[in-house]
Amino acid sequence: MSIDQSKIRNFCIVAHIDHGKSTLADRIIEKTGLLTSREMQAQVLDNMDLERERGITIKAQAVRTIYKAKDGEEYILNLIDTPGHVDFNYEVSRSLAACDGAVLVVDAAQGIEAQTLANVYLALDHNLEVFPVINKIDLPSAEPDRVKNEIEDVIGIEAMDAPLISAKNGIGIDDVLEAIIEKIPAPGGNPDNPLKALIFDSLYDSYKGVIVFCRVMEGRVAKGTSIQMMATGAKCEVVEVGYFGAGQFIPCDELTAGMVGYITASIKNVKDTAVGDTITDAKNPCAEPLPGYKKVNSMVYCGIYPADGAKYPDLRDALEKLQLNDASLRYEPETSIALGFGFRCGFLGLLHLEIIQERLEREYNLDLVTTAPGVVYKVRKTDGEVIELTNPSNLPDPSVIEYMEEPVVSAEIMVVTEFIGPIMELCQERRGRYLGMEYMESTRALLKYELPLNEIIYDFFDALKSRSRGYASFDYELKGYEQSELVKLDILINREEVDALSFIVHKDSAYERGRKMCEKLKEEIPRHLFEIPIQAAIGGKIIARETVKAVRKDVIAKCYGGDITRKKKLLEKQKEGKKRMRQIGSVEIPQKAFMSVLKLDDK
Amino acid sequence: MERGEQKSLGIYIHIPFCVRKCFYCDFLSAPAGERQRADYVEALCREIDKESKRYRDYTVNSIFMGGGTPSLLEGESISMIFNKVHENYKVSDDCEISMEANPGTVTWEKLVNFKETGGNRLSIGLQSAKKEELKALGRIHTYEDFLMTYEMALKAGISNINVDLMTGVPGQSVESLLDTLQRITDIVQMPSHISAYSLMIEEGTPFYEKTPELPDEDLERELNKITADFLHKKGYLQYEISNYALPGHMCRHNTVYWRRGNYAGFGIGAASMVENIRFRNTGDREKYVEFFLNNKNNLKRDWNEKHKNSGGFETMNKNSYVLKKNLEEDLIKEDVQVLSIEDQMEEFMFLGLRMKDGVCENEFLRTFGKSIDEVYPGIVGEFCRQGLLLLRKEPLTGENWIALTPFGMDVSNRVMAEFLLERH
Repeated sequence: MSIDQSKIRNFCIVAHIDHGKSTLADRIIEKTGLLTSREMQAQVLDNMDLERERGITIKAQAVRTIYKAKDGEEYILNLIDTPGHVDFNYEVSRSLAACDGAVLVVDAAQGIEAQTLANVYLALDHNLEVFPVINKIDLPSAEPDRVKNEIEDVIGIEAMDAPLISAKNGIGIDDVLEAIIEKIPAPGGNPDNPLKALIFDSLYDSYKGVIVFCRVMEGRVAKGTSIQMMATGAKCEVVEVGYFGAGQFIPCDELTAGMVGYITASIKNVKDTAVGDTITDAKNPCAEPLPGYKKVNSMVYCGIYPADGAKYPDLRDALEKLQLNDASLRYEPETSIALGFGFRCGFLGLLHLEIIQERLEREYNLDLVTTAPGVVYKVRKTDGEVIELTNPSNLPDPSVIEYMEEPVVSAEIMVVTEFIGPIMELCQERRGRYLGMEYMESTRALLKYELPLNEIIYDFFDALKSRSRGYASFDYELKGYEQSELVKLDILINREEVDALSFIVHKDSAYERGRKMCEKLKEEIPRHLFEIPIQAAIGGKIIARETVKAVRKDVIAKCYGGDITRKKKLLEKQKEGKKRMRQIGSVEIPQKAFMSVLKLDDK
Repeated sequence: MERGEQKSLGIYIHIPFCVRKCFYCDFLSAPAGERQRADYVEALCREIDKESKRYRDYTVNSIFMGGGTPSLLEGESISMIFNKVHENYKVSDDCEISMEANPGTVTWEKLVNFKETGGNRLSIGLQSAKKEELKALGRIHTYEDFLMTYEMALKAGISNINVDLMTGVPGQSVESLLDTLQRITDIVQMPSHISAYSLMIEEGTPFYEKTPELPDEDLERELNKITADFLHKKGYLQYEISNYALPGHMCRHNTVYWRRGNYAGFGIGAASMVENIRFRNTGDREKYVEFFLNNKNNLKRDWNEKHKNSGGFETMNKNSYVLKKNLEEDLIKEDVQVLSIEDQMEEFMFLGLRMKDGVCENEFLRTFGKSIDEVYPGIVGEFCRQGLLLLRKEPLTGENWIALTPFGMDVSNRVMAEFLLERH
C-alpha cells in the first residue's frame, strides 16, 4: 500500500516564546480527531514534566494526524514541534529541514518579536513555505490589523488573509488546518531513488534502543533494510519503522519518500544517530548526504559535583543515562580541591545546563553543587599549541600564554524605541560592538550587536528584561572566536584559594567583578567563630577584600519548664544546616555560594 | 525509706493563666475567667492525685509552680494544689517549693497560703526596672509594684527570692541595664537568685509579627557581659548560662532539668522525664479539664485500674515498650519518647554544658560505659583548642570535668550542636 504524496503535509509551527505555539499544536491534534478532548493533557507534545512546567519545548517532537479537509479528502499531517530556545538553534534548523512549510504564530497583542524574526528567517533559509496566523485575538489588547501590517512590512510575507485565531479557546483552528492543506506544498522525492533520510531527533528507549526520528527525502526504508549513517558511519539493520501517534509509536510496513516517521535498529547509543546526519541504504547508498550536517559543540561548561561525595557513582550513572537521550550533553570526570570528585559538563547553553541540572536533581534525586558556568576559551601558548579551556583552573601559567580568544556572538535585540538607550548602555557594559539599528516601525527597532558569549550566558536575559520592562526580545548565534585580554580571577577564602570559585573575565571588568564577588560571598558565607577574609586575586595580586565578621553570640537563653525538645530541634537544625556546607580548610561554605558569580548583577 | 532505694523527683505544675500576654511571651498561657480557673485547678488536683501512683518509689525534692502567672490564683487554690502534693507524695523535709509571681497580682493572703503549705521560694518576674522597657515588653506593672511584692514576701517569711531580668530589651542601653542591676542589688536583703535571660523573638508572639528595634548583636553581648560582671562583683555565682545565685541558693529544680534528673509535669503542656522516658501533657485546656472532670472518660483510661500490680516507673522501666504503650493510651499524654542511649548521651552533653561546672567525664563513663572521647572523637579537643571548652580536674574527687569558657557560653549553640549524633 503506497501513500499518495499529494495527501501529505509536513510542517512545523514557529513562534516567539509564549506566542502560543504549543497550544496551537494541541488544538490541531485535538481537532484532527486523533485524541478526544478528554484525553488531551494540556500540551501533548511537551513530554517532560519540566517542559510543561517551564512552558517551553526542549526536545523536538513529532506527531502524525489525519485531517479530513473541506475538499472531502483525507490528508496526513505531520507536525514537527521544534525546540523554542536559542540554545537549541541547530536542532531547530534540522527540524525545519524535515518540513515543507511552517505556520508562523504571532501574538495579536505583542506582534513581531526577536525570535519571530529569527525563526522566520531560519524557515525561509530552508525554503519553507511560511504563512502567518494571528493568535490570541480574543485578548482585549489584540490588534490583529496592526500585526498583519507589521508582518507584511517587516517580514515581507502575505498576511492579509492570515487566520485570526485563539488557540487557547479553540477559535479559528479549522482555518489554520485548511490553510495548511492549501498553502503548504506536498513533499517531493522519488521512492525509487536510493534512500536518503534526514535525522531530526532521536530518543533512547530501554526496550527498543535508539528510536531515530527522520524525514525520508528519497527512496524507501522498511524492516530488514541495511542502513548506514553517512556522517558517523554507523551501520545497522532496521528492526522496525513507523509513524508517530500522539504519545505513542505506531509501526508500519515502510517509510517512503515524503514521509516522516521513526526507525529502530537496535542502536545502543544516540551518539551514532547525530541530529542532521543522513541515513542511506548501506547496499545502495545515495551519492551525497543531505546538506547542513554539523557536529554540535558545547558552548557552556560547568563543574557538577555531588553534594555528598559518596554519591559520585550515582551522579555518573545519572549522567550516563541522560546522555543516552541527549547527544549534546558532554561530561568528563574532574577533581576539585574544594569539591572533591565530580564532572566537567558541556552544554548547548545556559538553559540546557539548567535543564540537565534540574533533571539530575528531580529525576535522579541528587543534591548537587554546581560551579559557575563558563564558555570555552582558546588559549594559544608560546610554543604554538592551542588548548580549548573549559575549566578555569586549567589555565596555563600566564608566562606561557601567547594570547587568548573568546567566543563572540552576533545578537539581534528587538526593543521598543523608548528603551533603546538603556539597552545600548547594557550592551556597552557587556563589551558589545554596535553593528547597526533598523526601525521595524515607528515604535520599535532592531539593534544589532556583537557580544562576547561570556557576557550574555548568565544574566543577560534578565538584565534585558529589567531594563526594558519586558519590552525587549533577543536572539543570537555564534559568530566565531576573537582575541581578547582575559585574566583568571581567583577567590581566596580565609587565605586559601578555592579552585571551584575561579573564573575567567575580561581584564577591564576584573576589578568590578572581583569586588562584587567578594561582596556576594560575604552574604553567602555564614559567620563563623573566627573572622574570615574573602579576597579576589589576579595572579597572586589581591584586588578586592571583604570580611565575614566572627559570630559573637549564639545561645538559647531559656529552657521552658523542662521541655527540652524545642531546644534539641534548634540544635538539630543548626547541625543540619552545617551538612549542606562544604568544608574549605576550617571554613564552611554553603553550596549555593559556588553559584554566586551568576548573581553579581542582582539589585 | 520504706523499701528499696528512694529515687528523687522534681514536680512542675503549670498554671496557664495571666492578666495579659506580654509581647514576647510564647508560653502556654492566656487570660481566663474565674470559672475556667476554678475548673482547671480542680482538674489539676485530680491529675496530681491520679498520677501519684506512678511515683510511689520517689521522694520529691523540688516543686516548681510556673506559668503563666501562678500568683493570679486565689490563695485558696494555691493551698489546695500544694496540699494535694503533700497528701499524695513523699515530700522531703527540705524540699524546695517555688512559685512564680508577677508584681501586681500578689496579695498578703496568697503569700501566707503559699508559705503555710510549704512554699519557701518565690520567683518574681521583673524583667527591668525601667518604665519604658517594661512598657515596650507589654508588662503590666512598675518597678514600685515589684518592690511592694518583694517586701511583702520577705515579711511573709519567704526569704529565698529569685528575680527574672531580661537583656536585649527594646531600647535597652548599658546605662539602663546598670541602673536596673543597681536598683535590685541596692535592696537591703538582695535577691538570693537572679535569672537573666536574653529576649528571644518567638514565633506566634506579637514581637514576631511586628519586631521592634532591638539592641544589635554586639550591644546584646555587652549587656550580658555587664550583667555577669556586675553580679559577680556583688557576690553572685553564675552557675548556668542565664542563672546567678548567692552561695547556697542555686535553684534545685532547674538543676534537675540540666542534670537529667526525674521530673513529673502536671497541668497542660507540662513536660516530664522519668527514667529516660519523655512525654508531655496535652496543651489543650478544654480537653484536659474535660478529661479529669468527666469521670466516664477517666474510668475508661484509668491507668491504676489496668496496671494494679505493675507498680510505678521503676518497675515499668524494665519494659519500656509496655510503659510507652501505657503512656500513649493515656489520652492527655503526647509525644511519648523512650530515649535511646544516643538520646541520653546527647542530652547529658548539651544540657549539662549549660551548667557552669559543665559535665563530668567520669560520670559519662559510669553511666554509658563509654568515654566521651569514644562517642565524640576529637570534638572536645577541638573545642578546647578553639577556646570554647575547658578541661579541669576536681582536686577533691580527682574527677575530670568539661565546661564552656565564657566565650563558649556566648556561642554555646555552636558547641552543643556538635554533641548531636548522626542517625540513620
